[in-house]
Amino acid sequence: MVLFIIFFLTVSFVLGKSLGYGMSFAGVVLIISGLMSFASYYYSDRIVLSMSGARAATKAEFRDFYTIVENLSIASGLPMPKIYVINDPAPNAFATGRDPKHAAVAATTGILEKLSEAELEGVIGHELSHVKNYDTRLMGVVAILVGSIAILADVFFRSMWFHSDNDNKNSSGVFIVVGIVLAILAPIIATLIQLAISRRREFLADADGALLTRYPEGLASALEKIAADKNVLKKASTATAHFYIENPFKNTPKNASGQWFTNLFSTHPPTTERVKILRSM
Amino acid sequence: MNPTYLIIGLLVLIALYLWSSYNNLVVLRERIKEAISGIDVQLKRRTDLIPNLIETVKGYAKYEKGVLESVTQARSALVKAGSPSEKAKAENMMEEALKTIFAIAEAYPTLKASENFKELQEELSDTENKIAYSRQFYNSNVLDYNSKIKMFPMSIIASQFKFTEEEFFTATEEEKEEIKVKF
Repeated sequence: MVLFIIFFLTVSFVLGKSLGYGMSFAGVVLIISGLMSFASYYYSDRIVLSMSGARAATKAEFRDFYTIVENLSIASGLPMPKIYVINDPAPNAFATGRDPKHAAVAATTGILEKLSEAELEGVIGHELSHVKNYDTRLMGVVAILVGSIAILADVFFRSMWFHSDNDNKNSSGVFIVVGIVLAILAPIIATLIQLAISRRREFLADADGALLTRYPEGLASALEKIAADKNVLKKASTATAHFYIENPFKNTPKNASGQWFTNLFSTHPPTTERVKILRSM
Repeated sequence: MNPTYLIIGLLVLIALYLWSSYNNLVVLRERIKEAISGIDVQLKRRTDLIPNLIETVKGYAKYEKGVLESVTQARSALVKAGSPSEKAKAENMMEEALKTIFAIAEAYPTLKASENFKELQEELSDTENKIAYSRQFYNSNVLDYNSKIKMFPMSIIASQFKFTEEEFFTATEEEKEEIKVKF
């Protein structure tokens, strides 16, 4: 995260200098990006829930699910989040919300049917850890930074187009060249960093979830079951993919040589590695 | 740079560190108190389920007066209990009585089959889980707190301001023994 911020500052400095603006350039762009992303962060629970077609789950209808969430909330000291169910045979679950008081946890009917109680506890423990670690807020900030870099690059290119060299008394040639290279690469690098952060937070949520349930094997076997399941989540989109416990796009073909490259662009770490780490606890 | 400014700056930083550390310890200690109340909340939940249980069992197994009496006694002991050790004793009585009730229920098929009884069984079992989790939460907080006050340099601040170690929740000797069910 710190590296990301340094990266962001470097990019904005170079681009700003090459256009003849100062650091206020970065400030303005941050504000714009912040405003754009704020609504998405603030209402994250409602947005994600409606996008995934979730409905509120009642205690009467989903007693086991409700009890597990309630019990693990007691164990973690968090207020109990609102729970939702998605009608889909693909097993998956997610947690969202800007802070523990406004959190929501959703699970598909698939996961509720196919997992044993210990496995479901592992999954919910993982999701509650996301809430506890304020991961939605963190990814929201990261999204703002990524958006800012994209805007910076965009503004840079437009300015280049409309300015002639005589107008910029403060700019210098080196900065312009470096600026162009950065403007092209920065958005890609920013996205890669965002995905790397997402993967690390997944590992953290795995570990914290295991700490919560005191039973890492539950989550480990749950992940294996989910990975082996052939169903694909119907309403998943790239926007919401990183919230889910398992990458909903996992059924895209993998070839050995491309493995590292696919993983670079994945929001979740590979299941085999997650299971290995859990089983070594 | 003027050395006086440097020293003042350093002192300010140290003061800030002391201030935030003290507050941190206060928060951790209060969380432990909250966790204790949390356990009590779950224990009370269990106590509140008891009258219902007694009524249901009475309906089907009216000849088991001995068991029903022991549960009623345990409950009134709980209500009267004052000090923590009295409470712990009363809770133990309650747990023994409950175990016996569920054991004798095996001998009464109509009782076992009744929806009320099944519902109560599930509720009580769930409450036992909740009690366990709230104790786990308490232990986690005690762990955080104890570790923090023992680590250096926090240990100096802790002893200065009288932050003392808290006890983990452990099973009593009675609880660790094998469960004997008498018919």
